[in-house]
Amino acid sequence: MLGEQIIKGMAVTARNFFGSYVSKERLTTVQYPEERLVPKENTRQFPFLVYDGDDAEKGLRCVACQICEKECPPQCIYIVKSKDKKPDYKGQPQLYPLTFDIDISVCMSCSICVEVCPFESIKMDTEFELSTDDRFAGLLLHKQDLAKPNSHYHQVHAQDAKDSDAVIAGEKAKAEAKARAAAEKARAEAEAKAKAAAAAAAPAPAAPPPPAA
Amino acid sequence: MNTPSQQFEVKPKLDESGSPIGELLEISMGPHHPSTHGVFRMDVVLDGETVVKLKPVFGYLHRNHEKIGENISYLASMPYTDRLDYLCSMTNNWAYALTVEKLAGLAVPERAEYIRVIMAELTRLQNHTCLIGFFVQDMGALGTPMMYAFREREKILDLFESVSGARMMCNYMRFGGVRVDVSDEWLAETKKVVGDYGKFLDEFETFLTENEILLARTQFVGVMPKELAISASITGPMLRAAGVNYDLRKVDKYGIYSRFDFKVPVGEHGDIYDRYMVRVLEMRESIKILTRALADIPAGPVMDPKAKLRGFRPKAGEVYGRVEGPKGELGFYLISDGSPNPYRYRVRPPSFINLTILEDMCLGHKISDAVVILGSVDIVLGEVDR
Repeated sequence: MLGEQIIKGMAVTARNFFGSYVSKERLTTVQYPEERLVPKENTRQFPFLVYDGDDAEKGLRCVACQICEKECPPQCIYIVKSKDKKPDYKGQPQLYPLTFDIDISVCMSCSICVEVCPFESIKMDTEFELSTDDRFAGLLLHKQDLAKPNSHYHQVHAQDAKDSDAVIAGEKAKAEAKARAAAEKARAEAEAKAKAAAAAAAPAPAAPPPPAA
Repeated sequence: MNTPSQQFEVKPKLDESGSPIGELLEISMGPHHPSTHGVFRMDVVLDGETVVKLKPVFGYLHRNHEKIGENISYLASMPYTDRLDYLCSMTNNWAYALTVEKLAGLAVPERAEYIRVIMAELTRLQNHTCLIGFFVQDMGALGTPMMYAFREREKILDLFESVSGARMMCNYMRFGGVRVDVSDEWLAETKKVVGDYGKFLDEFETFLTENEILLARTQFVGVMPKELAISASITGPMLRAAGVNYDLRKVDKYGIYSRFDFKVPVGEHGDIYDRYMVRVLEMRESIKILTRALADIPAGPVMDPKAKLRGFRPKAGEVYGRVEGPKGELGFYLISDGSPNPYRYRVRPPSFINLTILEDMCLGHKISDAVVILGSVDIVLGEVDR
């Protein structure tokens, strides 16, 4: 019969329409500003800089190595290195960024900066409601806007943050072990030196007398 | 019924005295016409409502993709490939990763190969679903089928988001593997989505496949003969709908496709209906592959330990790598001179090449059919213009 299949199609529409009143699965629309979906574990929007402790200036992990600046596909990162150095979490003197700008009107949220960063210092945020009426200065984020505490990272990506902390703790332990080993070696060397010096200073009674010729 | 082999004279009809009745109408459809799937323009010459000449004009979305690729590192091109065909970023990623792996001689671990197949087949599912929604909408079925298609597509995009971080711009594959491993919960979730997909397809087919209006609008419209398809190097569902059994998953057997048992649906007439049907059947085959891959996926690493992220420099040489994308053969051609950037970077986009025979398919049909024919070609302008 002509039109039979159209009627069948209409039945599908009707099933979906009335189904949306009884079945949660058919009601898929989320009324956005009032209702919100929970962000997914790996969701990425725009990058931020992680700092440890309470002081954003002091605890910033970034050492201004500029790898992310070089690798960034749309070239939206701008870094100026510092002249002086400050100690990092391992206690080693490191450079820090005087300027760290990300133009998020250019950023394409690819997270390549996160992948190439060897210092676990740049991570992806899940914040997406960044609209502003100032499209130039309002979308150019500076170091102070980008710096966020490690606790924020734990909040947005719990698992990744844990992994990242483990990496840093491992590095720190390695550095400490190395420092300890170096210190021990230095002490041992110093002791040996002192002993040698003492031995040299004292007359050599311990030395066996030369066999009589 | 008109076929493209019929020749239409670009002349107005004449009355007995030899003076023309009426005149030809030349109109420019696009670049912001709602049916052109993006910024695409067709200069059509009409005799009444019949198309007598059609000239596709594109380039409105040109973003210098290939030149940018030559000036940035190999890795940095990866997120740009997402933006080629922005509906199927996973297969784009795979094509590019496959090419660079060929160039650098990297191996891909077993688990990563399985993940790639799962991602590519999910991409095929969502691309075909939303394409059918689009082109049924071009026929005037405003809203309903497309909304159902988008509802299902969103489930797959949620899967992509939870593993790669983004719904469409996945940027997921890397040279020598994939970026992050998938969790067991994700695999369970995917199994559920794939298991339910057959049911959705049944519903969708009840809705569309035998619908009288769809039959009237699509059968024997936009016929593309086999010979034309081959000589114009058409690939993908378009070619298979014309009756040529050519699928790179079977021909090249890239990745681990040789392990899966699936059929290649082939059309008979090469009209729009065949293209629709080939896509529906392809989705059913994809579900088969997915079920098998999700059951078989082994544990293990997802990255080749030899692969380097920073300072990646493949040895000098040239290479062409291709995959069967949802739209056709997607190829990347790279020349390396040993530096961190490719010397030459070229994309073989399936949408662009499938679009070249638009005029042959449209001639003699009504202008409203030209819109549906364009819809059935399955173009994404991000890939056409690059």
